[in-house]
Amino acid sequence: MLTLQCPYCGVDAEETELHAEGEAHLKRFGPGSSDDDFETYLFMRENPKGVHFERWRHSNGCGKFFHAARSTTTLEVFGTYSAQTYEPPQDIKDKITAKYPGWSWREFA
Amino acid sequence: MSNAVSALNSASFEGFATVTETGLRGMITLRGDLSSAKLKAAVKAATGAAIPDVRRVTTGKDGMAAWMSPDELLILCDYASVNDTIATLTAKLTGEHALAVNVSDARAVFRIAGDGAREVLAKLAPVDLSAGAFQAGDFRRSRIAQVAAAFWLNDDNSFELVCFRSVAQYVFDVLKVSAQPGGEVGFL
Repeated sequence: MLTLQCPYCGVDAEETELHAEGEAHLKRFGPGSSDDDFETYLFMRENPKGVHFERWRHSNGCGKFFHAARSTTTLEVFGTYSAQTYEPPQDIKDKITAKYPGWSWREFA
Repeated sequence: MSNAVSALNSASFEGFATVTETGLRGMITLRGDLSSAKLKAAVKAATGAAIPDVRRVTTGKDGMAAWMSPDELLILCDYASVNDTIATLTAKLTGEHALAVNVSDARAVFRIAGDGAREVLAKLAPVDLSAGAFQAGDFRRSRIAQVAAAFWLNDDNSFELVCFRSVAQYVFDVLKVSAQPGGEVGFL
């Protein structure tokens, strides 16, 4: 059972109170973008064994979206943070580096 | 004018805790910037209650305010005075990016009272309901079995629970099962 702390209401919400909303930090390519960019935006996703960044929604709760950094292999959660950001906060990156030196995920490392 | 009736017309069940549908209750969804002074004054004027902290309820002389999300409050008041309360809120919030809507008839309210009240809810919601973790005035939005619900603990150790009116019968049924005599866990 995955337990994530909602950064808005501060509760340690378990999985059944949340809804997974796919990969975090996607950059949207809309009308007028190239076919390649649009295809990448729509379909190309990370599928890592290890560190991963995801979007979650506290659906049976405050209803807000937030981001979570976790490991897909160990289910270890490095932290959750607000969705109003373009990249993971430094303290979460540091935490991951301490555990998995040399990790990388898309453009982040 | 037709006669307003609550979802289950005050149905009640006596188990190791008492589950009652509380009848008509005025409920207002208030969206806005909770840190704004204007919104604070509006809530004070309408209910007498202060802006609640995260996951808390506050009580005033004319109603209650509950923390629903970082930009949303649930205002509870008498069913008869809902329109007046909304009028007060709207008037006080002129010029502010905020919205107050009457949701009284879209929701149902249950009261769970008795020594086993914590247990009745703990069986249905993924929430730590031990006396140390969930105290009077605490408020939590979560789920009851399969549907969304919100509940808080009153000073008299009874819980009140709000859910959508469309699932009122379902919530009453699962609360009844949870409160069935012989189903006491004796842990909380």
